[in-house]
Amino acid sequence: MFLYLLKKLGVILPTFFGVTLVAFVFIRMLPGDPVLLMAGERGMSEERHTELMAKFGFDKPILVQYGYYLKQLAGGNFGTSIITRKPVLDEFITLFPATAELSLFAMIIAVFFGLPAGMIAATRRGSTFDHTVMTGALVGYSMPIFWWGLLLIIFFSGILGWTPVSGRISYLYYFEPVTGFMLIDSLLSGQEGAFSSAISHLILPAIVLGTIPLAVIARQTRSAMLEVLSEDYVRTARAKGLGPQRVIGLHALRNALIPVITVIGLQVGVLFAGAILTETIFSWPGIGKWMVDSIFRRDYSAVQGGLLLIAAIVMLVNLAVDLLYGLINPQIRHTD
Amino acid sequence: MTETTIQEAADIVQIVDDRPTGVRAQLAEFWSYFSENRGAVMGLFFFIAVVLIAVFANFIAPHLPNQQFRDALLQPPFWQTGGDVKFLLGTDAIGRDMLSRLIYGSRYSLFIGCIVVSFSLVVGVILGLVAGFFRGRIDTFIMRIMDVVLAFPSLLLALVLVAILGPSLINAMIAIAIVQQPHYVRLTRAAVMSEMTKDYVVAARVIGVRALRLMFITILPNCMAPLIVQAALSFSTAILDAAALGFLGMGAQPPTPEWGTMLAEAREFILSAWWVVTFPGVAILTTVLAINLMGDGLRDALDPKLKRS
Repeated sequence: MFLYLLKKLGVILPTFFGVTLVAFVFIRMLPGDPVLLMAGERGMSEERHTELMAKFGFDKPILVQYGYYLKQLAGGNFGTSIITRKPVLDEFITLFPATAELSLFAMIIAVFFGLPAGMIAATRRGSTFDHTVMTGALVGYSMPIFWWGLLLIIFFSGILGWTPVSGRISYLYYFEPVTGFMLIDSLLSGQEGAFSSAISHLILPAIVLGTIPLAVIARQTRSAMLEVLSEDYVRTARAKGLGPQRVIGLHALRNALIPVITVIGLQVGVLFAGAILTETIFSWPGIGKWMVDSIFRRDYSAVQGGLLLIAAIVMLVNLAVDLLYGLINPQIRHTD
Repeated sequence: MTETTIQEAADIVQIVDDRPTGVRAQLAEFWSYFSENRGAVMGLFFFIAVVLIAVFANFIAPHLPNQQFRDALLQPPFWQTGGDVKFLLGTDAIGRDMLSRLIYGSRYSLFIGCIVVSFSLVVGVILGLVAGFFRGRIDTFIMRIMDVVLAFPSLLLALVLVAILGPSLINAMIAIAIVQQPHYVRLTRAAVMSEMTKDYVVAARVIGVRALRLMFITILPNCMAPLIVQAALSFSTAILDAAALGFLGMGAQPPTPEWGTMLAEAREFILSAWWVVTFPGVAILTTVLAINLMGDGLRDALDPKLKRS
């Protein structure tokens, strides 16, 4: 297992350097130089420009600059926002819980509905239920989620008036964030109605963000389950006279879950991409909206830092999934 | 061995195996598998309809996409009170006919899909072939770059690329093509590596076929099945991503009647004029769905090894 971990790290470390290189190159590919970008629309005098170029080391050879950048990163310095003048890492950490809460809730919805739907569809292959689930999954998979969000707003906020349109909680409530998770914080605050307000803000964005993972999980569970159900050990279990629930629940499901877990892990990247759209539609104050806003505000150091941090998180989660996969499926870590 | 014996041998083979061969037979076989999947056939017909609509947009669309009717702003579809059959699906905030804009919009979506798929397919196949054929350092180098691209959430990377290149439809297509690249490289490489060990490749090597011919003429045609399926799936992803970029204001710019851009313009009327928000999304969803249905059918038909499920 340790060897397996080392092997995985051997792949992930060069990739991480590649990612830092992309982030480094990104800001240099923009028209103008970094100092002019920091100055923004105001511009600056020639002398001040040269002075600042020297101060930040932008007059040094490009490789030296990259080394300098890596050193900064190693010290936990992900740059300073041009607009707010705050460290990018601080902004990221402040906003991250909002995205994490949304993504987690979306994933819970996706797994909660996707897994049973795929399982039942597989056991009743060819039935109306199966066809409905598969059609639904394909529609969900093809869904432009930004439009799906707008539709839900029209229906639940506009016509029914059940849910608010934007934000994380009503302005009526205010409390200091403790965990950064609004659902938990609102409970901790003890204010009446705060929790239900937080829930009603969370539910629509979470459904929107969970739609594609839900479809993917349902499809994957179904096909994994179908594959497992035709295996010899399932036939043996049946032949032994075990009831269908025991066969499916104990023998088949455990093995079918192996590929499904991988798919769930791989959805993290999808969730971040989806968060960009979902948070923009629902004005959800998380990482996705912050990235889009930063791009529009031309806050390129925020974009640079955010890009790197997001890629790092995606890579770490994928590594964790790989390890988990190796743990539950010994075949993987002993082959290849 | 003389000329005649080879001929005789060929005749015998001919007698033994009299199944029709050639492209037509292959197509017939393909169709018999493909048409088993009703969804796929429906998807295909819908897709053909969209292509026809895009090609003949000038003749079908009742109005020009950017023509403004100042006396008919935000007019609802014809079946609602206040609607007019002149504008079947209503008009938008500056009096443009929704139906005509949607019809012309199909051109953009198909164009985006075609360009993105052909670009990422060609470059991805070449890189994948090189990586899988030569292995060694060049393989590691190419695959590490692809890993880096895959480390970023695709839409985020596309968004940042467009921020560098400047927001426009062309740049959005370039960004999406770059983001989709790694999937083709990985698929091609895997397929090439599994073909490389087969007898026909070894035989071709032994008789001295050169690398380029070996790569493109001997091996590549046998790797096509997964690539065709991937092409269909990434066609729909390209349409979705381009629409998403348009929606964020980073793709096609107004007044282009691109479906995602239309949605972005319609956002502020979400609670007052449902039709300007609903129809562009329906257009995106149905087109993408049709292509995905087709993709599923293609996979079933081209890859008999996959269990039919």
